[in-house]
Amino acid sequence: MRVQNKEKISQRLRSYKKQPLSALLFLLVMFSAVVTLSVLIALIAYILFKGIPNLSPELFAWEYTTENVSMMPAIINTLIITALSLLFALPIGIASAIYLVEYAKRGNKLVSLVRVTTETLSGIPSIVYGLFGYLFFNIFLEWSYTILGGALTLAIMILPLIMRTTEEALIAVPDLYREGSFGLGAGKLRTVFRIVLPSAVPGILAGVILAIGRIVGETAALLYPAGTAAQVADGLMSSGRTLAVHMYALLNEGLYMEQAYATAVVLLVMVIGINALSGLIAKKVGVKE
Amino acid sequence: MKIVFLLAACFSILAVALICIFLFANGVPAIWKIGVLDFLLGQKWMPANQLFGIFPMIVGSVYVTAGAIIVGVPMGILCAVFLARFCPERLYKIVKPAVSLLAGIPSIVYGFFGLVVIVPIMQDLTGGNGKGVLTASILLGIMILPTVIGVSESAIRAVPNSYYEGALALGATHERSVFFTLLPAAKQGILAGVILGVGRAIGETMAVIMIAGNQPVVPDSIFGGVRTLTANIVMEMGYAADLHREALLGTGVVLFVFILIINLSFSALKRRRS
Repeated sequence: MRVQNKEKISQRLRSYKKQPLSALLFLLVMFSAVVTLSVLIALIAYILFKGIPNLSPELFAWEYTTENVSMMPAIINTLIITALSLLFALPIGIASAIYLVEYAKRGNKLVSLVRVTTETLSGIPSIVYGLFGYLFFNIFLEWSYTILGGALTLAIMILPLIMRTTEEALIAVPDLYREGSFGLGAGKLRTVFRIVLPSAVPGILAGVILAIGRIVGETAALLYPAGTAAQVADGLMSSGRTLAVHMYALLNEGLYMEQAYATAVVLLVMVIGINALSGLIAKKVGVKE
Repeated sequence: MKIVFLLAACFSILAVALICIFLFANGVPAIWKIGVLDFLLGQKWMPANQLFGIFPMIVGSVYVTAGAIIVGVPMGILCAVFLARFCPERLYKIVKPAVSLLAGIPSIVYGFFGLVVIVPIMQDLTGGNGKGVLTASILLGIMILPTVIGVSESAIRAVPNSYYEGALALGATHERSVFFTLLPAAKQGILAGVILGVGRAIGETMAVIMIAGNQPVVPDSIFGGVRTLTANIVMEMGYAADLHREALLGTGVVLFVFILIINLSFSALKRRRS
Protein backbone atom coordinates (compact mmCIF):
# COMPACT_ATOMS: atom_id res chain seq x y z
CA MET A 1 0.00 0.00 0.00
CA ARG A 2 2.68 2.43 1.02
CA VAL A 3 4.86 1.64 -2.01
CA GLN A 4 1.90 2.31 -4.26
CA ASN A 5 1.45 5.67 -2.63
CA LYS A 6 5.03 6.64 -3.18
CA GLU A 7 4.80 5.74 -6.84
CA LYS A 8 1.70 7.82 -7.09
CA ILE A 9 3.44 10.83 -5.56
CA SER A 10 6.42 10.68 -7.89
CA GLN A 11 4.09 10.22 -10.83
CA ARG A 12 2.07 13.17 -9.68
CA LEU A 13 5.13 15.37 -9.34
CA ARG A 14 6.11 14.54 -12.88
CA SER A 15 2.67 15.31 -14.20
CA TYR A 16 2.58 18.66 -12.38
CA LYS A 17 5.41 19.87 -14.61
CA LYS A 18 3.22 19.35 -17.62
CA GLN A 19 0.02 20.48 -15.93
CA PRO A 20 0.49 23.91 -14.36
CA LEU A 21 -3.24 24.29 -13.64
CA SER A 22 -3.34 21.07 -11.68
CA ALA A 23 -0.25 22.09 -9.78
CA LEU A 24 -1.84 25.43 -8.94
CA LEU A 25 -5.07 23.79 -7.75
CA PHE A 26 -3.09 21.35 -5.64
CA LEU A 27 -1.17 24.17 -4.03
CA LEU A 28 -4.37 26.13 -3.36
CA VAL A 29 -5.99 23.15 -1.66
CA MET A 30 -2.96 22.51 0.51
CA PHE A 31 -2.61 26.20 1.28
CA SER A 32 -6.16 26.57 2.57
CA ALA A 33 -5.94 23.39 4.63
CA VAL A 34 -2.75 24.64 6.23
CA VAL A 35 -4.21 28.10 6.85
CA THR A 36 -7.38 26.73 8.44
CA LEU A 37 -5.41 24.49 10.75
CA SER A 38 -2.92 27.19 11.66
CA VAL A 39 -5.71 29.63 12.51
CA LEU A 40 -7.10 27.09 14.95
CA ILE A 41 -3.70 26.35 16.42
CA ALA A 42 -2.84 30.05 16.65
CA LEU A 43 -6.11 30.82 18.43
CA ILE A 44 -5.76 28.04 20.98
CA ALA A 45 -2.03 28.57 21.50
CA TYR A 46 -2.35 32.33 21.89
CA ILE A 47 -5.13 32.14 24.46
CA LEU A 48 -3.46 29.37 26.45
CA PHE A 49 -0.08 31.11 26.29
CA LYS A 50 -1.40 34.49 27.41
CA GLY A 51 -4.09 33.17 29.71
CA ILE A 52 -2.48 30.45 31.79
CA PRO A 53 -0.08 32.86 33.58
CA ASN A 54 -3.16 34.85 34.60
CA LEU A 55 -4.89 31.90 36.21
CA SER A 56 -4.69 32.29 39.95
CA PRO A 57 -6.40 30.53 42.85
CA GLU A 58 -8.13 33.79 43.80
CA LEU A 59 -10.01 33.71 40.52
CA PHE A 60 -11.72 30.56 41.75
CA ALA A 61 -12.79 32.01 45.08
CA TRP A 62 -16.39 31.39 46.07
CA GLU A 63 -17.27 35.06 46.32
CA TYR A 64 -17.23 37.65 43.56
CA THR A 65 -16.06 41.09 44.64
CA THR A 66 -15.01 44.11 42.63
CA GLU A 67 -11.43 43.63 43.85
CA ASN A 68 -11.40 39.96 42.96
CA VAL A 69 -13.59 39.20 39.95
CA SER A 70 -13.81 35.51 40.71
CA MET A 71 -15.24 33.32 38.00
CA MET A 72 -16.41 30.59 40.39
CA PRO A 73 -19.96 31.95 40.76
CA ALA A 74 -20.18 32.13 36.97
CA ILE A 75 -19.01 28.52 36.67
CA ILE A 76 -21.65 27.41 39.16
CA ASN A 77 -24.32 29.40 37.30
CA THR A 78 -23.20 27.77 34.06
CA LEU A 79 -23.71 24.34 35.60
CA ILE A 80 -27.16 25.29 36.93
CA ILE A 81 -28.31 26.76 33.61
CA THR A 82 -26.95 23.79 31.67
CA ALA A 83 -28.76 21.32 33.91
CA LEU A 84 -32.01 23.30 33.76
CA SER A 85 -31.94 23.66 29.97
CA LEU A 86 -31.32 19.95 29.51
CA LEU A 87 -34.08 19.17 31.99
CA PHE A 88 -36.55 20.93 29.69
CA ALA A 89 -35.10 20.21 26.28
CA LEU A 90 -34.24 16.51 26.70
CA PRO A 91 -37.70 15.05 27.39
CA ILE A 92 -39.34 17.18 24.70
CA GLY A 93 -36.57 16.58 22.17
CA ILE A 94 -36.45 12.83 22.72
CA ALA A 95 -40.24 12.49 22.72
CA SER A 96 -40.54 14.44 19.44
CA ALA A 97 -37.82 12.33 17.87
CA ILE A 98 -39.67 9.17 19.00
CA TYR A 99 -42.82 10.50 17.39
CA LEU A 100 -41.06 11.38 14.15
CA VAL A 101 -39.20 8.07 13.84
CA GLU A 102 -41.46 5.50 15.49
CA TYR A 103 -45.01 6.77 15.14
CA ALA A 104 -45.42 9.20 12.27
CA LYS A 105 -46.46 7.84 8.92
CA ARG A 106 -44.58 8.71 5.78
CA GLY A 107 -45.74 11.85 4.01
CA ASN A 108 -47.54 13.08 7.11
CA LYS A 109 -48.19 16.83 6.69
CA LEU A 110 -47.49 17.49 10.35
CA VAL A 111 -44.09 15.82 10.09
CA SER A 112 -42.97 18.07 7.28
CA LEU A 113 -44.19 21.10 9.23
CA VAL A 114 -42.20 19.93 12.26
CA ARG A 115 -39.14 19.51 10.05
CA VAL A 116 -39.47 23.01 8.62
CA THR A 117 -39.89 24.55 12.06
CA THR A 118 -36.94 22.67 13.57
CA GLU A 119 -34.80 23.79 10.65
CA THR A 120 -35.98 27.34 11.25
CA LEU A 121 -35.19 27.05 14.96
CA SER A 122 -31.68 25.85 14.26
CA GLY A 123 -31.08 28.80 11.92
CA ILE A 124 -32.27 31.52 14.29
CA PRO A 125 -29.28 33.47 15.67
CA SER A 126 -28.78 33.56 19.40
CA ILE A 127 -29.46 37.29 19.69
CA VAL A 128 -32.99 36.71 18.36
CA TYR A 129 -33.46 34.01 20.99
CA GLY A 130 -32.25 36.49 23.55
CA LEU A 131 -34.75 39.11 22.37
CA PHE A 132 -37.55 36.56 22.42
CA GLY A 133 -36.62 35.37 25.90
CA TYR A 134 -36.60 38.96 27.09
CA LEU A 135 -39.96 39.76 25.50
CA PHE A 136 -41.62 36.55 26.71
CA PHE A 137 -40.23 36.04 30.20
CA ASN A 138 -39.25 39.53 31.31
CA ILE A 139 -41.97 41.61 29.65
CA PHE A 140 -44.93 39.29 29.04
CA LEU A 141 -44.64 37.12 32.17
CA GLU A 142 -43.18 40.07 34.11
CA TRP A 143 -40.30 38.11 35.60
CA SER A 144 -37.20 40.10 36.33
CA TYR A 145 -33.85 38.81 35.08
CA THR A 146 -33.96 35.10 35.99
CA ILE A 147 -31.78 32.10 35.32
CA LEU A 148 -34.98 30.12 34.75
CA GLY A 149 -35.89 32.42 31.85
CA GLY A 150 -32.38 32.08 30.49
CA ALA A 151 -32.44 28.31 30.80
CA LEU A 152 -35.84 28.06 29.08
CA THR A 153 -34.61 30.28 26.24
CA LEU A 154 -31.58 28.03 25.81
CA ALA A 155 -33.80 24.95 26.00
CA ILE A 156 -35.63 26.14 22.87
CA MET A 157 -32.30 26.92 21.25
CA ILE A 158 -30.83 23.43 21.76
CA LEU A 159 -34.09 21.61 21.01
CA PRO A 160 -33.40 21.17 17.27
CA LEU A 161 -29.93 19.79 18.01
CA ILE A 162 -31.30 17.23 20.50
CA MET A 163 -34.12 16.29 18.11
CA ARG A 164 -31.80 15.77 15.17
CA THR A 165 -29.21 13.67 16.99
CA THR A 166 -31.89 11.56 18.71
CA GLU A 167 -33.64 11.01 15.40
CA GLU A 168 -30.42 9.86 13.78
CA ALA A 169 -29.70 7.56 16.72
CA LEU A 170 -33.20 6.05 16.56
CA ILE A 171 -33.03 5.55 12.80
CA ALA A 172 -29.69 3.78 13.24
CA VAL A 173 -31.32 1.11 15.44
CA PRO A 174 -31.91 -1.87 13.12
CA ASP A 175 -35.53 -2.79 12.41
CA LEU A 176 -34.69 -6.35 13.42
CA TYR A 177 -34.69 -5.24 17.06
CA ARG A 178 -38.19 -3.86 16.74
CA GLU A 179 -39.46 -6.91 14.87
CA GLY A 180 -37.89 -9.23 17.43
CA SER A 181 -39.55 -7.33 20.24
CA PHE A 182 -42.94 -7.35 18.53
CA GLY A 183 -42.46 -11.05 17.79
CA LEU A 184 -42.03 -11.74 21.49
CA GLY A 185 -45.35 -10.06 22.10
CA ALA A 186 -44.22 -6.66 23.37
CA GLY A 187 -46.38 -3.67 22.55
CA LYS A 188 -45.28 -0.56 20.71
CA LEU A 189 -44.57 1.49 23.80
CA ARG A 190 -42.62 -1.29 25.53
CA THR A 191 -40.59 -1.81 22.37
CA VAL A 192 -39.73 1.86 22.18
CA PHE A 193 -38.72 2.22 25.81
CA ARG A 194 -37.15 -1.17 26.46
CA ILE A 195 -35.51 -1.99 23.13
CA VAL A 196 -35.11 1.00 20.84
CA LEU A 197 -34.21 3.79 23.27
CA PRO A 198 -31.52 1.87 25.20
CA SER A 199 -29.73 0.99 21.98
CA ALA A 200 -29.90 4.63 20.91
CA VAL A 201 -28.50 6.03 24.16
CA PRO A 202 -24.88 6.58 23.02
CA GLY A 203 -26.04 8.53 19.98
CA ILE A 204 -28.37 10.64 22.08
CA LEU A 205 -25.58 11.22 24.58
CA ALA A 206 -23.26 12.53 21.87
CA GLY A 207 -25.98 15.03 20.93
CA VAL A 208 -26.49 16.05 24.55
CA ILE A 209 -22.79 16.77 24.90
CA LEU A 210 -22.83 18.93 21.77
CA ALA A 211 -25.80 20.77 23.24
CA ILE A 212 -23.86 21.35 26.47
CA GLY A 213 -21.09 22.83 24.37
CA ARG A 214 -23.53 25.30 22.83
CA ILE A 215 -24.94 26.28 26.22
CA VAL A 216 -21.51 26.82 27.73
CA GLY A 217 -20.44 29.08 24.87
CA GLU A 218 -23.65 31.06 24.64
CA THR A 219 -23.69 34.76 25.43
CA ALA A 220 -26.15 36.74 23.36
CA ALA A 221 -29.17 34.58 24.17
CA LEU A 222 -28.59 34.85 27.90
CA LEU A 223 -27.72 38.52 28.26
CA TYR A 224 -31.31 39.79 28.49
CA PRO A 225 -33.40 36.92 29.88
CA ALA A 226 -30.87 35.99 32.59
CA GLY A 227 -29.10 39.26 33.21
CA THR A 228 -25.53 39.73 34.33
CA ALA A 229 -25.53 39.43 38.13
CA ALA A 230 -22.07 38.25 39.10
CA GLN A 231 -23.06 36.17 42.13
CA VAL A 232 -24.34 32.64 42.32
CA ALA A 233 -28.07 32.80 41.68
CA ASP A 234 -30.11 32.56 44.90
CA GLY A 235 -32.85 30.61 43.25
CA LEU A 236 -34.44 29.95 39.91
CA MET A 237 -36.02 33.39 39.90
CA SER A 238 -32.89 35.43 40.44
CA SER A 239 -30.33 36.67 37.96
CA GLY A 240 -26.97 35.03 37.35
CA ARG A 241 -24.37 35.07 34.60
CA THR A 242 -22.70 32.11 32.99
CA LEU A 243 -18.99 31.96 32.26
CA ALA A 244 -19.34 33.28 28.70
CA VAL A 245 -21.50 36.18 29.89
CA HIS A 246 -18.99 36.78 32.68
CA MET A 247 -16.25 37.10 30.09
CA TYR A 248 -18.35 39.52 28.06
CA ALA A 249 -19.00 41.61 31.15
CA LEU A 250 -15.29 41.71 32.01
CA LEU A 251 -14.40 42.84 28.49
CA ASN A 252 -17.22 45.36 28.50
CA GLU A 253 -15.99 46.97 31.69
CA GLY A 254 -12.54 47.10 30.14
CA LEU A 255 -10.70 47.00 33.46
CA TYR A 256 -10.12 43.29 33.72
CA MET A 257 -8.08 42.22 30.70
CA GLU A 258 -5.98 39.67 32.62
CA GLN A 259 -9.02 38.09 34.20
CA ALA A 260 -10.66 37.97 30.76
CA TYR A 261 -7.65 36.04 29.46
CA ALA A 262 -7.97 33.59 32.33
CA THR A 263 -11.70 33.18 31.73
CA ALA A 264 -11.03 32.55 28.05
CA VAL A 265 -8.65 29.73 29.02
CA VAL A 266 -11.27 28.09 31.23
CA LEU A 267 -13.94 28.44 28.54
CA LEU A 268 -11.64 27.08 25.86
CA VAL A 269 -10.56 24.11 27.97
CA MET A 270 -14.21 23.32 28.75
CA VAL A 271 -15.17 23.46 25.08
CA ILE A 272 -12.20 21.35 23.97
CA GLY A 273 -13.04 18.79 26.65
CA ILE A 274 -16.69 18.70 25.66
CA ASN A 275 -15.77 18.30 22.00
CA ALA A 276 -13.31 15.51 22.73
CA LEU A 277 -15.89 13.69 24.83
CA SER A 278 -18.52 13.95 22.14
CA GLY A 279 -16.05 12.74 19.51
CA LEU A 280 -15.08 9.81 21.72
CA ILE A 281 -18.67 8.72 22.23
CA ALA A 282 -19.51 9.17 18.56
CA LYS A 283 -16.50 7.06 17.62
CA LYS A 284 -17.57 4.34 20.02
CA VAL A 285 -20.98 4.14 18.41
CA GLY A 286 -19.57 4.50 14.95
CA VAL A 287 -21.95 7.33 14.14
CA LYS A 288 -20.44 10.09 12.09
CA GLU A 289 -21.13 13.50 13.46
CA MET B 1 -48.98 7.63 24.89
CA LYS B 2 -48.77 8.42 21.22
CA ILE B 3 -50.53 11.69 21.90
CA VAL B 4 -47.78 12.72 24.33
CA PHE B 5 -45.12 12.17 21.69
CA LEU B 6 -47.26 14.03 19.18
CA LEU B 7 -47.62 16.99 21.53
CA ALA B 8 -43.88 17.05 22.12
CA ALA B 9 -43.31 17.08 18.36
CA CYS B 10 -45.67 20.03 18.07
CA PHE B 11 -43.60 21.98 20.58
CA SER B 12 -41.14 23.15 17.94
CA ILE B 13 -44.06 24.50 15.90
CA LEU B 14 -45.31 26.30 18.99
CA ALA B 15 -41.84 27.70 19.68
CA VAL B 16 -41.45 29.13 16.19
CA ALA B 17 -44.97 30.55 16.33
CA LEU B 18 -44.32 32.19 19.69
CA ILE B 19 -41.02 33.66 18.55
CA CYS B 20 -42.66 35.11 15.43
CA ILE B 21 -45.66 36.48 17.31
CA PHE B 22 -43.66 38.10 20.09
CA LEU B 23 -41.05 39.64 17.81
CA PHE B 24 -43.51 40.97 15.26
CA ALA B 25 -46.11 42.12 17.78
CA ASN B 26 -43.47 44.12 19.66
CA GLY B 27 -41.34 45.31 16.78
CA VAL B 28 -43.72 46.06 13.94
CA PRO B 29 -45.77 48.80 15.71
CA ALA B 30 -42.54 50.74 16.31
CA ILE B 31 -41.62 50.45 12.64
CA TRP B 32 -45.04 51.85 11.75
CA LYS B 33 -44.75 54.63 14.30
CA ILE B 34 -41.36 55.70 12.97
CA GLY B 35 -42.46 55.15 9.38
CA VAL B 36 -41.35 52.15 7.36
CA LEU B 37 -39.20 54.16 4.97
CA ASP B 38 -37.77 56.43 7.65
CA PHE B 39 -36.85 53.36 9.65
CA LEU B 40 -35.37 51.20 6.90
CA LEU B 41 -33.76 53.94 4.81
CA GLY B 42 -33.08 56.60 7.43
CA GLN B 43 -29.40 57.51 7.50
CA LYS B 44 -29.28 58.75 11.07
CA TRP B 45 -29.51 56.73 14.27
CA MET B 46 -29.73 59.26 17.07
CA PRO B 47 -31.97 57.94 19.83
CA ALA B 48 -31.54 61.14 21.83
CA ASN B 49 -33.04 63.14 18.95
CA GLN B 50 -35.72 60.56 18.22
CA LEU B 51 -34.06 59.70 14.92
CA PHE B 52 -34.23 55.98 14.27
CA GLY B 53 -32.85 55.13 10.84
CA ILE B 54 -31.27 51.72 10.64
CA PHE B 55 -29.97 51.97 7.08
CA PRO B 56 -26.33 52.19 8.29
CA MET B 57 -26.81 49.01 10.30
CA ILE B 58 -28.39 47.15 7.39
CA VAL B 59 -25.47 48.22 5.22
CA GLY B 60 -23.09 47.23 8.02
CA SER B 61 -24.55 43.74 8.30
CA VAL B 62 -24.47 43.30 4.53
CA TYR B 63 -20.86 44.53 4.30
CA VAL B 64 -19.43 42.29 6.99
CA THR B 65 -21.40 39.31 5.72
CA ALA B 66 -20.17 39.89 2.18
CA GLY B 67 -16.65 40.25 3.56
CA ALA B 68 -17.01 37.03 5.49
CA ILE B 69 -18.11 35.27 2.30
CA ILE B 70 -15.11 36.59 0.38
CA VAL B 71 -12.74 35.49 3.13
CA GLY B 72 -14.39 32.29 4.28
CA VAL B 73 -16.09 30.65 1.32
CA PRO B 74 -13.17 30.01 -1.08
CA MET B 75 -11.05 28.86 1.85
CA GLY B 76 -13.85 26.67 3.16
CA ILE B 77 -14.57 25.01 -0.17
CA LEU B 78 -10.88 24.33 -0.82
CA CYS B 79 -10.57 22.91 2.66
CA ALA B 80 -13.61 20.69 2.05
CA VAL B 81 -11.96 19.47 -1.16
CA PHE B 82 -8.86 18.71 0.86
CA LEU B 83 -10.82 16.72 3.44
CA ALA B 84 -12.86 14.83 0.88
CA ARG B 85 -10.28 14.05 -1.77
CA PHE B 86 -6.72 14.98 -0.78
CA CYS B 87 -6.39 14.09 2.86
CA PRO B 88 -4.60 10.87 3.85
CA GLU B 89 -6.72 8.83 6.22
CA ARG B 90 -4.38 9.23 9.17
CA LEU B 91 -4.31 12.99 8.84
CA TYR B 92 -8.09 13.04 8.44
CA LYS B 93 -8.48 11.72 11.97
CA ILE B 94 -6.72 14.85 13.21
CA VAL B 95 -8.03 17.48 10.81
CA LYS B 96 -11.71 16.56 11.00
CA PRO B 97 -12.01 16.91 14.80
CA ALA B 98 -9.99 20.12 14.53
CA VAL B 99 -12.59 21.57 12.17
CA SER B 100 -15.44 20.62 14.48
CA LEU B 101 -13.53 22.17 17.36
CA LEU B 102 -13.39 25.36 15.31
CA ALA B 103 -17.19 25.20 15.24
CA GLY B 104 -17.39 24.66 18.99
CA ILE B 105 -15.31 27.62 20.12
CA PRO B 106 -17.65 30.20 21.70
CA SER B 107 -18.17 33.40 19.75
CA ILE B 108 -17.10 35.47 22.73
CA VAL B 109 -13.69 33.76 22.58
CA TYR B 110 -13.48 34.48 18.85
CA GLY B 111 -14.32 38.09 19.57
CA PHE B 112 -11.65 38.26 22.24
CA PHE B 113 -9.09 36.73 19.89
CA GLY B 114 -10.06 39.29 17.26
CA LEU B 115 -9.73 42.10 19.78
CA VAL B 116 -6.30 41.16 21.10
CA VAL B 117 -4.72 39.73 17.92
CA ILE B 118 -6.39 40.89 14.70
CA VAL B 119 -7.18 44.46 15.81
CA PRO B 120 -3.55 45.30 16.78
CA ILE B 121 -2.31 43.83 13.49
CA MET B 122 -4.79 46.02 11.63
CA GLN B 123 -3.69 49.04 13.65
CA ASP B 124 -0.11 48.46 12.53
CA LEU B 125 -1.14 47.99 8.92
CA THR B 126 -3.53 50.89 8.55
CA GLY B 127 -2.68 53.31 11.33
CA GLY B 128 -6.33 53.63 12.31
CA ASN B 129 -7.94 52.12 15.38
CA GLY B 130 -8.00 48.73 13.70
CA LYS B 131 -11.70 48.10 14.16
CA GLY B 132 -13.86 48.01 11.08
CA VAL B 133 -15.34 46.18 8.13
CA LEU B 134 -12.14 44.38 7.15
CA THR B 135 -11.34 43.16 10.67
CA ALA B 136 -14.89 41.93 11.19
CA SER B 137 -14.90 40.26 7.76
CA ILE B 138 -11.72 38.34 8.50
CA LEU B 139 -12.94 37.11 11.87
CA LEU B 140 -16.41 36.22 10.57
CA GLY B 141 -14.77 34.48 7.61
CA ILE B 142 -12.91 32.28 10.08
CA MET B 143 -16.07 31.69 12.08
CA ILE B 144 -18.11 30.48 9.11
CA LEU B 145 -15.31 28.14 7.94
CA PRO B 146 -16.53 25.06 9.85
CA THR B 147 -20.09 25.48 8.54
CA VAL B 148 -18.96 25.84 4.93
CA ILE B 149 -16.43 23.02 5.25
CA GLY B 150 -18.85 20.59 6.88
CA VAL B 151 -21.71 21.00 4.41
CA SER B 152 -19.44 21.21 1.34
CA GLU B 153 -17.49 18.13 2.34
CA SER B 154 -20.57 15.97 2.65
CA ALA B 155 -21.86 17.38 -0.66
CA ILE B 156 -18.58 16.44 -2.40
CA ARG B 157 -18.63 13.00 -0.80
CA ALA B 158 -22.20 12.45 -1.97
CA VAL B 159 -21.18 12.67 -5.65
CA PRO B 160 -20.90 9.14 -7.10
CA ASN B 161 -17.29 8.03 -7.40
CA SER B 162 -17.90 7.02 -11.01
CA TYR B 163 -17.83 10.73 -11.99
CA TYR B 164 -14.31 11.00 -10.65
CA GLU B 165 -13.20 7.70 -12.14
CA GLY B 166 -14.68 8.63 -15.49
CA ALA B 167 -12.72 11.87 -15.55
CA LEU B 168 -9.53 10.05 -14.59
CA ALA B 169 -10.12 7.50 -17.34
CA LEU B 170 -10.38 10.30 -19.86
CA GLY B 171 -6.86 11.34 -18.89
CA ALA B 172 -7.61 14.21 -16.51
CA THR B 173 -5.30 14.67 -13.54
CA HIS B 174 -6.55 14.10 -10.00
CA GLU B 175 -6.99 17.84 -9.47
CA ARG B 176 -8.81 18.41 -12.74
CA SER B 177 -11.13 15.49 -12.03
CA VAL B 178 -11.95 16.84 -8.60
CA PHE B 179 -12.38 20.47 -9.60
CA PHE B 180 -14.10 20.05 -12.96
CA THR B 181 -16.33 17.02 -12.38
CA LEU B 182 -16.89 16.57 -8.64
CA LEU B 183 -17.26 20.22 -7.70
CA PRO B 184 -19.81 21.10 -10.41
CA ALA B 185 -21.81 18.01 -9.47
CA ALA B 186 -21.78 19.05 -5.82
CA LYS B 187 -22.50 22.73 -6.43
CA GLN B 188 -26.02 22.73 -4.98
CA GLY B 189 -24.84 21.20 -1.74
CA ILE B 190 -21.95 23.63 -1.58
CA LEU B 191 -24.34 26.53 -2.19
CA ALA B 192 -26.46 25.28 0.71
CA GLY B 193 -23.36 25.37 2.89
CA VAL B 194 -22.60 28.91 1.80
CA ILE B 195 -26.15 30.02 2.60
CA LEU B 196 -25.88 28.43 6.03
CA GLY B 197 -22.61 30.30 6.51
CA VAL B 198 -24.28 33.57 5.51
CA GLY B 199 -26.93 32.91 8.14
CA ARG B 200 -24.26 32.45 10.76
CA ALA B 201 -22.37 35.54 9.72
CA ILE B 202 -25.37 37.85 9.66
CA GLY B 203 -26.61 36.62 13.03
CA GLU B 204 -23.27 36.74 14.78
CA THR B 205 -23.27 39.19 17.63
CA MET B 206 -20.71 38.84 20.35
CA ALA B 207 -17.65 38.53 18.13
CA VAL B 208 -18.66 41.38 15.83
CA ILE B 209 -19.46 43.81 18.62
CA MET B 210 -15.84 43.72 19.82
CA ILE B 211 -14.09 44.35 16.54
CA ALA B 212 -16.37 46.22 14.16
CA GLY B 213 -16.07 49.65 15.77
CA ASN B 214 -19.85 50.01 16.18
CA GLN B 215 -20.26 53.53 14.75
CA PRO B 216 -23.79 53.82 13.37
CA VAL B 217 -22.71 55.31 10.05
CA VAL B 218 -22.27 53.92 6.56
CA PRO B 219 -18.52 53.25 6.38
CA ASP B 220 -16.54 55.14 3.74
CA SER B 221 -13.85 52.50 3.33
CA ILE B 222 -13.20 48.89 4.28
CA PHE B 223 -11.21 50.13 7.25
CA GLY B 224 -14.09 52.26 8.54
CA GLY B 225 -16.05 51.20 11.59
CA VAL B 226 -19.51 49.71 11.20
CA ARG B 227 -22.35 48.67 13.42
CA THR B 228 -24.36 45.59 12.48
CA LEU B 229 -28.04 45.00 13.22
CA THR B 230 -27.09 42.51 15.91
CA ALA B 231 -24.62 44.88 17.56
CA ASN B 232 -27.22 47.63 17.59
CA ILE B 233 -29.57 45.46 19.64
CA VAL B 234 -27.03 44.20 22.15
CA MET B 235 -25.37 47.56 22.75
CA GLU B 236 -28.44 49.62 23.52
CA MET B 237 -31.08 47.16 24.74
CA GLY B 238 -29.74 47.37 28.29
CA TYR B 239 -30.69 50.99 28.87
CA ALA B 240 -33.17 51.84 26.11
CA ALA B 241 -36.72 52.93 26.97
CA ASP B 242 -39.95 53.78 25.16
CA LEU B 243 -39.67 54.36 21.43
CA HIS B 244 -35.91 53.73 21.51
CA ARG B 245 -36.50 50.26 22.95
CA GLU B 246 -39.22 49.57 20.42
CA ALA B 247 -36.93 50.69 17.62
CA LEU B 248 -34.40 48.14 18.81
CA LEU B 249 -37.08 45.46 18.72
CA GLY B 250 -37.83 46.67 15.19
CA THR B 251 -34.16 46.13 14.41
CA GLY B 252 -34.63 42.58 15.70
CA VAL B 253 -37.59 42.13 13.37
CA VAL B 254 -35.53 43.24 10.36
CA LEU B 255 -32.76 40.82 11.36
CA PHE B 256 -35.29 38.04 11.86
CA VAL B 257 -36.80 38.63 8.42
CA PHE B 258 -33.31 38.44 6.87
CA ILE B 259 -32.73 35.14 8.69
CA LEU B 260 -36.11 33.73 7.65
CA ILE B 261 -35.36 34.50 4.00
CA ILE B 262 -31.96 32.82 4.28
CA ASN B 263 -33.46 29.80 6.06
CA LEU B 264 -36.23 29.39 3.53
CA SER B 265 -33.83 29.49 0.61
CA PHE B 266 -31.67 26.93 2.39
CA SER B 267 -34.61 24.56 2.90
CA ALA B 268 -35.80 25.09 -0.66
CA LEU B 269 -32.35 24.22 -1.96
CA LYS B 270 -32.17 21.16 0.25
CA ARG B 271 -35.56 19.95 -0.89
CA ARG B 272 -34.63 20.38 -4.56
CA ARG B 273 -31.58 18.21 -4.00
CA SER B 274 -33.46 15.31 -2.43
